[in-house]
Amino acid sequence: MRDSFNRIAAMTARYGYLLRSSWIRLAEVIYWPTMQMLVWGFLYTYLYTSDSKIANTAGPLLGAVLLWDVLFRGQLGFTFTFLEEVWSRNIANLMMSPLTSGELAVSLMGVSFIRMLIGTLPVTLLVTVLFAFNIYTLGLPLIAFFLNLVLTSWALGLVLCGLVTRYGLGAETYAWSVMILLLPLCCVYYPVWVLPFWLQPLAWSLAPTYVFEGMRAVLLDGSFRADLMIEALALNIFYLVGGFGVFLWLLQNARHRGLLLAMGE
Amino acid sequence: MYHMAKSALEGAVQSQLPPPVIKEEFAPAIAVEDLCKNYSGHWAVDEVNFVVPRGWTIGLLGGNGAGKTTTIAMIMGLVVPSYGRAVVLGHDMARDRRKVLKRMNFESPYVALPARLTVRQNLTVFGRLYGVPNVAARIEELAYDFAFSEILDHATGTLSAGQKTRVSIAKALINKPEVLLLDEPTASLDPDRAEWVRANLQRYQLEHGATILLSSHNMLEVEQMCDFVVIMSFGRVVEMGFPRELAARHSCETLNEVFIQLARREEELLD
Repeated sequence: MRDSFNRIAAMTARYGYLLRSSWIRLAEVIYWPTMQMLVWGFLYTYLYTSDSKIANTAGPLLGAVLLWDVLFRGQLGFTFTFLEEVWSRNIANLMMSPLTSGELAVSLMGVSFIRMLIGTLPVTLLVTVLFAFNIYTLGLPLIAFFLNLVLTSWALGLVLCGLVTRYGLGAETYAWSVMILLLPLCCVYYPVWVLPFWLQPLAWSLAPTYVFEGMRAVLLDGSFRADLMIEALALNIFYLVGGFGVFLWLLQNARHRGLLLAMGE
Repeated sequence: MYHMAKSALEGAVQSQLPPPVIKEEFAPAIAVEDLCKNYSGHWAVDEVNFVVPRGWTIGLLGGNGAGKTTTIAMIMGLVVPSYGRAVVLGHDMARDRRKVLKRMNFESPYVALPARLTVRQNLTVFGRLYGVPNVAARIEELAYDFAFSEILDHATGTLSAGQKTRVSIAKALINKPEVLLLDEPTASLDPDRAEWVRANLQRYQLEHGATILLSSHNMLEVEQMCDFVVIMSFGRVVEMGFPRELAARHSCETLNEVFIQLARREEELLD
């Protein structure tokens, strides 16, 4: 157990060295969420001041943007940290070391969490200062939203890392594009009933849908839907176990095909 | 026909292979038994057998595409054999490699250390992954042995090819491995540095009783370092023996001549 903890700490330190080695890299983590938030923040200001009917939608909109970023940055942080290993042709070194796949996954989760905090926390403060929208007024439900989105981002990250291991850098593009597929289905900016009837079951099979519905319930009705959060958590546990299973399966597949040694070339 | 039958048996027999009968402490450092690897119908490694006793240095030779790297990758557990097995210190690498990974290490031109991290950071990470006690002292020791103390705090990506090779070899020695796999360890070094690295590796082996499996195209290096030589061609072992014995058997002066003779014979057979 102690050995395992030391190896996870070593990998976390390794990613810490990497972030510290380049301020451009660190700035990039903050840059995108900040730019996105500025655009949506100005839209929020416009909506809030222009018409009393749509003013009500301004808060959920900005909340949705912030929470979507948690999901998006969490997944990117996870996947790109793994891709760093592939780009630097270091995967074989790691796979030959006593580091287990589980320890690698845990260290990627830890780093994804840190990267996401670095990218998101300053933005929430910026939004409070510039647009007077304080997401922390959501209170304790925010922790439930945050936790569920982070878990989903890790499950997705595991599957994407498995795909990169099995299919090489050709699968790298999915690190970006898979979230675009989820964006309309998770009902980030609108309620689930807006979707066509046949798409709604698919939306409800995605844990983030429950989070965004829950957020709207808090911001529009002032009620916290604990049932939605529990359902999201159950789905996320299923996703995480499934995601890790897929990661292990694709890794073993890559081992059978002799892909690990030449990975990154 | 032979290969078709082997393919059919592949899945079934692989899972039925009995565990090693030799106790771990008496097991050879490396035992390669009927090792085969098939990639989409092509046998990259075909029924390779050899044993490396503890404390020996074995040279794995062969031309490009002979199957050396695939064989080494299977010994490391990075590639799962299609048939047969690679056993290191009594453990089947396809099944329970976790039990032995802490006691072995490798260096290969196919892998690199992260370029943005400094040499010290890279070695610290690997030292901690291998559970090395007092990593900082071990790094200083290796930096002194391989003469890279002055570049310890340089980004690894900024080093010359020779410096990178020395750092990679240091990474391979960070955990004082009992089994060391080296894939062309001196390929990017000038003759002087290469000689010096070889001397350091031999010293390490003598001090720690380590076993080394060395793949190289440099026959002088093999003659100097290896107790025993296995020569591969087109995925199969075509010759093995002690370096001098091999030269005598083929009426040659050097291992280099043996290698050329065997390579030409294989070409003629192909024609």
